[in-house]
Amino acid sequence: MNEVQHIEVNEYHDYIKSLLEEGYEMMMDLTAVDWFRKKEPRFEVVINLLSLSKNLRKTIKVQVPDENLTIPSITDIYPGANFYEREVFDMFGIVFENHPELTRILMPDDWIGHPLRKDYGSGRIPVQFKNAPSVD
Amino acid sequence: MVKNKENSEDLDFWATNSEEGGWNISSTDEGSQKMNDEESEQQIKIQTGSDVVDDYFIEEETSEDERMIVNMGPQHPSTHGVLRLQVELEGEAVRRVKPIIGYLHTGMEKTGEELTYLQGPTNTTRMDYLSPFFNELVFSLTTEKLLDIEVPARAETIRILMTELNRVSSHLVALATGGMDIGALSMMIFGFRERELVLNFFEKTTGLRMNHNYIRPGGVAADLPDNWQKDVKEILKIIPEKLKDYDEMLLDNPIWQGRLQNVGIITPEECLAYGITGPSLRASGQGWDLRKMQPYSGIEKFDFDVPVLQESDVFARWRIKVLEILESLKIVEQAMDNMPKGPYKIQDKKVTPPPRKRLDESMEALIHHFKIYTEGFKVPEGDAYVAVESPRGELGCYIVSDGSSKPFRMHVRGPSFCNLQALPIVMADSPIADAVAAIASLDPVIGDVDR
Repeated sequence: MNEVQHIEVNEYHDYIKSLLEEGYEMMMDLTAVDWFRKKEPRFEVVINLLSLSKNLRKTIKVQVPDENLTIPSITDIYPGANFYEREVFDMFGIVFENHPELTRILMPDDWIGHPLRKDYGSGRIPVQFKNAPSVD
Repeated sequence: MVKNKENSEDLDFWATNSEEGGWNISSTDEGSQKMNDEESEQQIKIQTGSDVVDDYFIEEETSEDERMIVNMGPQHPSTHGVLRLQVELEGEAVRRVKPIIGYLHTGMEKTGEELTYLQGPTNTTRMDYLSPFFNELVFSLTTEKLLDIEVPARAETIRILMTELNRVSSHLVALATGGMDIGALSMMIFGFRERELVLNFFEKTTGLRMNHNYIRPGGVAADLPDNWQKDVKEILKIIPEKLKDYDEMLLDNPIWQGRLQNVGIITPEECLAYGITGPSLRASGQGWDLRKMQPYSGIEKFDFDVPVLQESDVFARWRIKVLEILESLKIVEQAMDNMPKGPYKIQDKKVTPPPRKRLDESMEALIHHFKIYTEGFKVPEGDAYVAVESPRGELGCYIVSDGSSKPFRMHVRGPSFCNLQALPIVMADSPIADAVAAIASLDPVIGDVDR
C-alpha cells in the first residue's frame, strides 16, 4: 500500500508532475530528515502522496545536494505544499526554488539557525524563570 | 374597560392592562405601534426576523486607497487560540488573507527526538489538545509498525472506544465554539456541558481530563475501571437526546441557516489541491474516511456509515460534525458490547514493563523494569508513516529510527496545519462577518498547527 521511491533532484519536479497525472491527487506530507554524520548527502526530503481514487500512498525521497541545499518547489503542482515547504525551510534551511513566499513560518523572522538540524542544541537558549536564583 | 373589550385585539398589551384602560395607543406621541397593514407578508416576516434576506453584495468598483490592512489576532476569541490573520479589507469585504502562525511553537518535534519511545506519547498528546488520544494512538501505531508487533485484541478495542469517545468530545467543542463565534451562545454552554460527561469518563479511566498519556506503544496504560459500562451507557443515552435539542434549536433556525448556508464554500478540487481532509472534505462531497479506506487498530470490524454532504459550505461542515458524533456513538456501543477479555498490554518483556508486584519477587523483572524506564526499548532501523482519521482530518506520524531507543526524527502531520491553508481561499471576497464563521468551520487547533 505504501511504495517508496528514491529520486534524483534534477528529475524530482517532473516526476511529481507525472504522479499527479497518474492519479495521486493529494500531497499529504512533506518533511525532511537530517542525517548529520550518518549519511551523505546530509539532507533528505520525504514527500507523502495519496491517491483517493486508487487508495494508494506513495513516499518519495529526494537527496538534497550538500553544496547549495536547493531543491525545486512543488507548490505549482500541489498548492498545499506551500506551508510544508516553508516549515522545512524554517526548520532545516533547505531552499525551495520558485516558491511564492519562502519565509520562516514557525520561528520568528529574525531567528538565527535552523532548529531541527542535528547540530542545533535544544538547550541553546537559556530560559529565564521569574524569581529564580541566578546561576553563574 | 368593559366598554372597549370588543376592540382589545387592536390594542397593545401594556395599554390594555394599564390603569387607564382603553387608552387608544394610536393617540400617543410615538404613533401606532402596530405593523403597517399595507406591508406584504414577506416584509413583515423580515421585520420579525423569521425570514432572512442576504442583501449584502460587494461592489466591484473601489479604488486602491480604500483598502486597509487589519490584524485579527493573535489574541482574539474567534481565532481559537493564537492564530493571527492579516486581513486586507475593502470596506467590509475581505480581499486577501494571510495566516501568520508560530505563536504556540514549542519545538515538540525536537523534543520528540530526546524522549524514548515510551515517553513519546507524553509529548505528542499535547499537540492537538482537543483530541489527545488520536495523537497518542498515531505515535503508538507508528512505533508498533517499526517494532513489527501486534497489540492484544482488548487493547485494540479499548483504543477504538477511547478514540471514538474523543471524537465525540472534540466535535462537541467544535460545535460549541462554532456556535459561539456566530452568536449562538447557548450552543457554547450546551456543547461544553455534554463534553463534561465524556471528560469525566476519561478522568475515571486515565486519571486526567486532557493529555492522558494512556495509549502507549504496546497497548494501553491501564485497564478500564470497574463498572465502566455504566458510564458509557449514560453517555450513549444522554448525548443523542441532547443532539436532538441542538437540531431543534439550530437545524431549521432561519438565522442560523442565513448565516451559514452558501458561506465559505470549498470546492472538492480545492480540497484535493490544498490537501484538506476530514469533515471539511466529506462536506464537499468526497466520501474519504481513513477508518473505511485504510483501517487501523481493528476498526474494520465495526459497522458504521461515513456521512457525506454535497453543499461544501459552512452549514454542511457544521452538520457533518453532528452526524459524525452519532456514527461515533454507534462504534462506541459496539465496542462496549464486544469488548474482548484478556491482557490490555502486549506480553512482550522487551516492550512492556513488568507489573509492580513482580519487582519484589523476581530479579529478572527488576532488571527489565530498570532497563525500560532508564534506557528504553530499542527499535529496529527504518522509517514508517502511519495515518489515522482524527476529528480534524488525516493525522499522520513519520518516525525515522536509527536503531536506538529514541526516534532519530519524529514528524507529525497535523491536520489543522494543512487545513489552515484553505483560509485565504475560503475568506477571500466575502464579508468580514462571514470570516469568523469560516474560521470556526475549519476548526483549527493551534496546538496542532504550531506543534
